[in-house]
Amino acid sequence: MNSYQLRVVTPERPFYEGPCTFMILRTEDGEIGVLHGHTPLVSPLVPTAVDLRLESDGTGRRFLAVSGGFLEVRPEQVTLLARTAEWASEIDRERAEAALERAEAQLADPASDRVRAQRAKRRAEARLKALALEEGVSGPGRRQAQAG
Amino acid sequence: MAQNLKEIRRRIKSVQNTQKMTSAMKLVSAAKLRRAQERANQARPYAEALRDVLEELAKNAASLRHPLLTERPVVRRGYIVLTSDRGLCGPYNAGVLRVVQRERQGQEAALVAVGKKGRDIFRRRKEEILAEFTPIGDNPSYLLAEAIGQEATAAFLSGRVDQVDLVWASSVSSVLSRPKVEQLLPVVRPRSDQPSGGVVPLFEPDEERVLAGLLPAYVNGVIYSALVDAKAAEHAARMLAMDSATNNAGDLIRSLILLRNRARQAAITSEIAEIVGGAAALE
Repeated sequence: MNSYQLRVVTPERPFYEGPCTFMILRTEDGEIGVLHGHTPLVSPLVPTAVDLRLESDGTGRRFLAVSGGFLEVRPEQVTLLARTAEWASEIDRERAEAALERAEAQLADPASDRVRAQRAKRRAEARLKALALEEGVSGPGRRQAQAG
Repeated sequence: MAQNLKEIRRRIKSVQNTQKMTSAMKLVSAAKLRRAQERANQARPYAEALRDVLEELAKNAASLRHPLLTERPVVRRGYIVLTSDRGLCGPYNAGVLRVVQRERQGQEAALVAVGKKGRDIFRRRKEEILAEFTPIGDNPSYLLAEAIGQEATAAFLSGRVDQVDLVWASSVSSVLSRPKVEQLLPVVRPRSDQPSGGVVPLFEPDEERVLAGLLPAYVNGVIYSALVDAKAAEHAARMLAMDSATNNAGDLIRSLILLRNRARQAAITSEIAEIVGGAAALE
């Protein structure tokens, strides 16, 4: 499989740059996979986990969570303009779970700002998804062993 | 005479203490300036990439409409004014505030005050303050830019203001900064004079929806760039102000030392004269 140049930039700093062969993420339209030679595309992202396969044999998997932004595919160059980005390994599971609970509580409360709560919920879900993907690859026991 | 000598010594000590502070502040500002410049550089790739996408979209869909792009007769103006939280930074804030006054030409305007100094001045002048963001600290975050963007956008869409300009001190070099005014809302339609090169990208779900997502992100991005740019300018201004304060203190100390020596010499001379006079009286 051919690779393309992937760039993940956030407003505050360039987050990642390197070759990539395949990635899966979620746009407003739904889930999308990007291989080399994908048709040029611009699409807004919802908060999503991003599943990267850096090596051509499908290894070199890395996972990150982004809280919205844009995907821009050009020939040979794919840019993720992410509002925020973090590697799965940097995500604090307890905080993400707490955020999810908080957002769900707010959604149940009719007096609260539903749009905002909905967004917070999707961000927390994206983080937990990235964590789940990471654990699926590196073995589920690892994180629990660390926690205990 | 002896009293005077003591007083001069005390003043020298006091000016030396002040000089220590100003030179320490200068060093701190120099370090912060470097960090602020680094942050400004790091923010550039995102801003440029976003601008590229917007231009691409404008090229391929020139007839796009969006409330944030819609111009209307300007009755009331809004200004987002970026100032510092603290003083001792020379003409930094005065320059920005002067430009705001010049821009509005005596007309009433609604202001978004970012930074404590600007807010204090606007309050004293009893200006209409739409929103205030203080303190902004040394590392303004993108979240802050989003919050400012949200206020500005809400004021524009609700019709409270018909145009929003952003005013800040932009750093030209590490010693020079210049106040800058940029129209934020309505978003100036990016020029699409270059013919679209290569393949026209697909906009999914459609141009309209992509634009609806892009415009707020673009507005926030412009604000964030200005925030980090202004921070660099602020530290540069403070460094320069503290540098000249340190030099002035040095000059002051030198002339005080001269005065002190003269006073001391005068005291010695008069003492000798007294001794000689005393001896002469004994003879």
